[in-house]
Amino acid sequence: MKNNYSIFSLIKNAFSYHENWEKAWKDPEPKKEYEAIIVGGGGHGLATAYYLAKKHNMKNIAVVEKGWIGGGNTGRNTTIIRSNYLWDASAGLYDHALKIWEGLSQELNYNVMFSQRGVMNLAHNLQDVRDLKRRTHANRLNGIDAVYLNTEEVKKFCPIINTSQDIRYPVLGGTLQRRAGTARHDAVAWGYARGADEMGVDIIQNCEVKGIKRNGDTVEGIETNKGFIKAKKIGVVAAGHSSVIANMAGLKLPLESKPLQALVSEPVKPIIDTVVMSNAVHAYVSQSDKGELVIGAGTDDYISYSQKGSHDIVEGTLNAILELYPIFSRMRMLRQWGGIVDICPDASPIISKTSVKGLYFNCGWGTGGFKATPGSGDLFAHTIANDEPHKLNAAFNLNRFVSGDLVDEHGAAAVAH
Amino acid sequence: MFLINCPFCGEREQSEFKAGGEAHIKRPKQPTELSDDEWAEFLFMRKNIKGVQFERWNHAHGCRKWFNIVRDTSNDQIKAVYKMGEKPPVK
Amino acid sequence: MSKNLRFKSSKQVDETYRISFKFNNKTYYGYKGDTLASALLANDIHLVGRSFKYHRPRGIMTAGSEEPNAIIQLHDNTSRTEPNVRATEIEIYEGLVASSQNCWPSVNFDIGGINNILSPILPAGFYYKTFMWPKSFWEKYEYFIRKSAGLGKSPKEADPDIYEHKYIHCDVLIIGAGISGIMAAKISAKNGLKTLLVDEKSFLGGSTIYDNSEFSKINNQITSSWLEKEINEISKLENLEIKTRTSVAAFHGYNFLLARENLTDHLPIDQRENKIRHRLLKIRAKKVISATGAIERPLIFDNNDRPGILLSSAIKKYIDLYGVACGENNILFTNNDTAYETALSMVQRGIKVNAIIDNREDIDSKLSYEAEKNNIRIFKGYTVVDTYGYKRINGLSIMELSKDGQKVIGKKIRLSCDSLGVSGGWTPAVHLFTQSGGKLKFREDDQVFIPNKYPSDQLSIGSCNGDFSLEEITTNTVSSVKKFLNVNNTDYKTFEIITGINKSKRNIWLLPSDKILGKTKSFVDFQNDATAKDIKLALREGFRSIEHVKRYTTTGMGTDQGKLGNMHALGIISETAGTKMGEHGTTTFRPPYTPLTFGTIVGRNVGEFFDIIRRTPIHDWHVENNAKFENVGQWKRAWYYPKANENMHQAVQRESKAARDCAGILDASTLGKIDIQGTDASEFLNRVYTNAWSKLAIGKCRYGLMLNEDGMVYDDGVTTRLDENHYIMTTTTGGAANVLGKLEDYLQTEWPELDVYLSSVTDHYATISVCGPHSKKIISKVIPDLDFSDEKFPHMSFKNTKIGQVKCRVMRISFTGEQSYEINIQSNYGKSVWEKCMEEGKDFNITPYGTETMHLLRAEKGFIIVGQDTDATMTPIDLQMDWIVSKKKYDFIGKRSLYRSDTIKDDRKQLVGLLTENPEEVLEEGAQIVADIKKSPIEMLGHVTSSYYSPNLNKSIALGVVKGGKKMIGQKLIIPMENKNINVTVADPVFLDKEGERLNAKL
Repeated sequence: MKNNYSIFSLIKNAFSYHENWEKAWKDPEPKKEYEAIIVGGGGHGLATAYYLAKKHNMKNIAVVEKGWIGGGNTGRNTTIIRSNYLWDASAGLYDHALKIWEGLSQELNYNVMFSQRGVMNLAHNLQDVRDLKRRTHANRLNGIDAVYLNTEEVKKFCPIINTSQDIRYPVLGGTLQRRAGTARHDAVAWGYARGADEMGVDIIQNCEVKGIKRNGDTVEGIETNKGFIKAKKIGVVAAGHSSVIANMAGLKLPLESKPLQALVSEPVKPIIDTVVMSNAVHAYVSQSDKGELVIGAGTDDYISYSQKGSHDIVEGTLNAILELYPIFSRMRMLRQWGGIVDICPDASPIISKTSVKGLYFNCGWGTGGFKATPGSGDLFAHTIANDEPHKLNAAFNLNRFVSGDLVDEHGAAAVAH
Repeated sequence: MFLINCPFCGEREQSEFKAGGEAHIKRPKQPTELSDDEWAEFLFMRKNIKGVQFERWNHAHGCRKWFNIVRDTSNDQIKAVYKMGEKPPVK
Repeated sequence: MSKNLRFKSSKQVDETYRISFKFNNKTYYGYKGDTLASALLANDIHLVGRSFKYHRPRGIMTAGSEEPNAIIQLHDNTSRTEPNVRATEIEIYEGLVASSQNCWPSVNFDIGGINNILSPILPAGFYYKTFMWPKSFWEKYEYFIRKSAGLGKSPKEADPDIYEHKYIHCDVLIIGAGISGIMAAKISAKNGLKTLLVDEKSFLGGSTIYDNSEFSKINNQITSSWLEKEINEISKLENLEIKTRTSVAAFHGYNFLLARENLTDHLPIDQRENKIRHRLLKIRAKKVISATGAIERPLIFDNNDRPGILLSSAIKKYIDLYGVACGENNILFTNNDTAYETALSMVQRGIKVNAIIDNREDIDSKLSYEAEKNNIRIFKGYTVVDTYGYKRINGLSIMELSKDGQKVIGKKIRLSCDSLGVSGGWTPAVHLFTQSGGKLKFREDDQVFIPNKYPSDQLSIGSCNGDFSLEEITTNTVSSVKKFLNVNNTDYKTFEIITGINKSKRNIWLLPSDKILGKTKSFVDFQNDATAKDIKLALREGFRSIEHVKRYTTTGMGTDQGKLGNMHALGIISETAGTKMGEHGTTTFRPPYTPLTFGTIVGRNVGEFFDIIRRTPIHDWHVENNAKFENVGQWKRAWYYPKANENMHQAVQRESKAARDCAGILDASTLGKIDIQGTDASEFLNRVYTNAWSKLAIGKCRYGLMLNEDGMVYDDGVTTRLDENHYIMTTTTGGAANVLGKLEDYLQTEWPELDVYLSSVTDHYATISVCGPHSKKIISKVIPDLDFSDEKFPHMSFKNTKIGQVKCRVMRISFTGEQSYEINIQSNYGKSVWEKCMEEGKDFNITPYGTETMHLLRAEKGFIIVGQDTDATMTPIDLQMDWIVSKKKYDFIGKRSLYRSDTIKDDRKQLVGLLTENPEEVLEEGAQIVADIKKSPIEMLGHVTSSYYSPNLNKSIALGVVKGGKKMIGQKLIIPMENKNINVTVADPVFLDKEGERLNAKL
């Protein structure tokens, strides 16, 4: 049993100058064969391995990661967590995740700092109002806490928003989900890694997949820079690189990988204590525990794996920020960065079997995957272990692109974050 | 931000252009003859290449012409530009 | 009383120009040319702020943008307040008010200092291990954590300053006007290249400009004098533009760079009105030369963070440039020769140098002999093991280093001082280079990362390229710049260099101590309080990659972005893990190089310039007539026209009734209009619309529905055949640009064989729609020469005509179900024609109506609005518009998708009418529709898309989409609201005049 983390263990270890902490996870070399291999050591992949070990009694599992765990979109996103989605399938999926979030720190014995500070979405035109009301009604009937706020209530909940009706696109109202909020992104990856490691999962970093070996319609293992690793079940959770792995297996996916940028300001004392998102005036902002304003920008329209986006996107985002929060004009951008997001045509994810037996894909999370991390891992583990989807991810299959039964969060809410 | 050499206008800032995704996906001449699978392949399935990709761009805030670009998506370097209907000049 | 540590005749400050400023509510004086830091130091103030985590007292540490500690709040509680301003960067001006941050009640006595005492239980990442009990308490802990985190305070008012953008195109951009940048600029400009030279400082010459030592000469001249002449010369060059106070923030691909030109931050507040504060330069350079210099490294030892401990080079700069001593009793601590330059500068000014502690055992340079000559004690092979003094250093102790540098040996010697200068050698400033995608290599000799592979047409020169000696800088700059610019001629021949510096260095990333590491606080990241033991803890816990260590310990995450400490973090990791430098990654430097104000990035695009406003040619009339407006895309559309005491509902009811009983007039100019010409125009329309177009007669209009390739409704509108090969298409207001883009896409890429040309003419025409039973009478008066008889001018047809001398088109089309005429006339006549319609319609109670009434009227007729009654999941079949989907046409955009297994299901959501049990009850748009309220989980069948109280039917009507709704006409459903359930009956979506008689109604 590893060190239990608590204030008491911190005090105890202070006496030995913190020299006796154990590794949060080991760094093993790969074995020749595993029962299941998860490709991709981000939050989703590590969670998948964790739940495979914990709920499906699999003991011989590896997570292979080409860089360092949590170094992709997990460590690059703006950490917004909410479940107020329009469609039943999405609401089911994201609220499943949200419920796990609510006890995750205790389950992992790792403080993921899930902070239910509320997420507010703003309406700036009459169609926004209709759409947000539609969503709020659907949420309420789906048992998701969402309320519609008028302009005054928006202002009351977040006083620094410019709710003057004289601005270009005045705030006409908004929806609020109070259970929604933010979490510490790195902690999610590290916490799942520590938990999975403790149950015997091998977390293998700097291990890049070079090929997927198939025997006819069945998967046999992966070629990596650390050699061939055999497995009957392979779950791919490679985010922006999903298509690259799919191509190795001779599959094509309905994905495009695009740059998504984010930025933080210099840290300041608390000034905004909720998360505010606006689709029409494209800006969303929260403040980290460290005090930085965390601001998400939009995607570029071209495919890129360079982890860089165009300056116009950042500039446009800050235009919108100053439109809604003129007081931030003299705040300074400290750091900006980009990630690669894999986007489905309907802006909903894929958690699905494929035409290759034993090969599973969890991808297409676009700009909003972080919030789903625990739920996605849980449901993907279920899908891999049982070779069939859980009812909560049944709608997120690959066949929907053939049948036309899309889960179109895109059309429903301009930009789905 | 890229500089894109529009084959009709010359070198211009990326902000004048819109990307149109993977090139050379020909719209089927007889869609009704296709199976659901084949139609889905045309509609949604993409190579989404990491590396040298052939793609469509539109000079949206310029001459409004569509044309093709060869670009390495791993570092965004543009290798070549060519007009619609022309054969790719590289590879 | 504070001491005066200023001596006369310095290079940078103007002693005839005294400036008063306030720091922590006390008034001080400095001179023009001072930075806030130099002015504070002159007043013997070192303690400026408190650190992020432990709230330890911190002082000024550097003299530039790498400063981690001396960051202050400027003009607190005013509209110009700004947090986290580096005292080392801001130039003082009359009336400057600065205060310390992150301390309460004051920087001298800060309650937060308790964290320093608690520090044993607050190691790196402690927060991941605690605050988990009880479960619901995180937000309560978090409240206090957030309060104690953060540094300065956000402004609370809007920014009074203005910003702008400027595009610059040049042949060569040179970043940094130190010696190598100046030389490169001269070569470039003299060879006829359009050159831009920028530097973040207010003066040119970098650190060489105050290199006044007898031991440093170029061609027999003191180096600084030689450089001054060079600067004089280049300032006259024609091809060269020089911008000072301009810092390059970002180096993107394709040589696109962003720089901030600071125009007013050094001026007194009252001189800033109506001036541009910052200008964001967007630079496209054919070639870029980085001459960004190097940043001195601190040394990592126990308690290396006290106020009074500065970089050795900063001390030299304060002396030589600003004429300020950092202390009266100085010690220097170094592992290389450059600290001796500082010592000699002090000696030259008569400032006491107590001792030099040097890690090296063998020191052999002119500078060291000169120091010894001046009776400075040099402790060779020694290291500092501890320092003393809480708010200002007052002493330190040193011990001898073992041969391998891993241990300290011998006796501890205690020395007193009031200032300590440290030098750990130099780190090339490769930030911009790596931002641009450049790859680094590690040079073992002096343990530095230097540029290796350039990703674009660029070059690094001088110390940012690892050339530290005067010889290397001068010689290599000339040769590499010549080659890079492909030029042969320069004024530079050979250089005769005299320098006192010997390059030897003894690099020890973490200096040993007589204490165990766990008892030390050896800071690596000063601002974030990340120490060497934190880094080692991270490694112990399995965090191996530099990115993991950074994130776990927060090293390099402060406002200085690790400019000082990142190298040491890498060094300690590689030493501890026994790996090569760079094996666990070099950290990625992300833009911006120095933090950039949001206002600067946004420029003028704020307030009224946030987004353009599109107004119709009739807009002014709407304003004059008290219209309320609705934003539709970028358009301002008249929403409704309330009279005296009317609310919106009353106005809309009045307008709606008038339009059906008498006449209504609508400004429809915002609808998209696309002119389509060419011999294949009909075929083109056949392919883009779901219905057939070939047989449409000239002069006739037809409604069309456009799908996406996935079969979902995309746009709609009426298209008119003006001539054999000429059509005009109308689109929705919001969809106009996208529709044109989509049509162009198909035309150019899929069907290039079609002879079709498209032009947007939306802005060319004003569109005035007059409807209602009196519309024909009114329009006949407006255009008396035209025959408006139903025979000659039936519904869905058009006429070319004139109003006065002005040509116009009149379409008889209807979105209200009433008899209705639409005049399209050249925009600039729009308002006068509208006014004429109003005049002629006066006797018929012509009533202007806005978009809300338009929505109501069309809903009475069951006409859809794309985007309101559809989202991206509705097919025409779902909308019960099967009639518009041609069965005969072989293909059209989206056709194939209508026959997929899901889209052919007959229980998809379908558009229906909804009538409430209580006719007075108006449903909420967006409300969900269910059949069985008791079912769990509740099944939502659809939602209400449009809902109004119809004054013409005297009841509430609504449109909605309902699963399998087509077959449910007459069935009862429930709308569950928060506090009640509303009973509705599914109805036909056409509520009024199903037979269409009103289109030809005669009064």
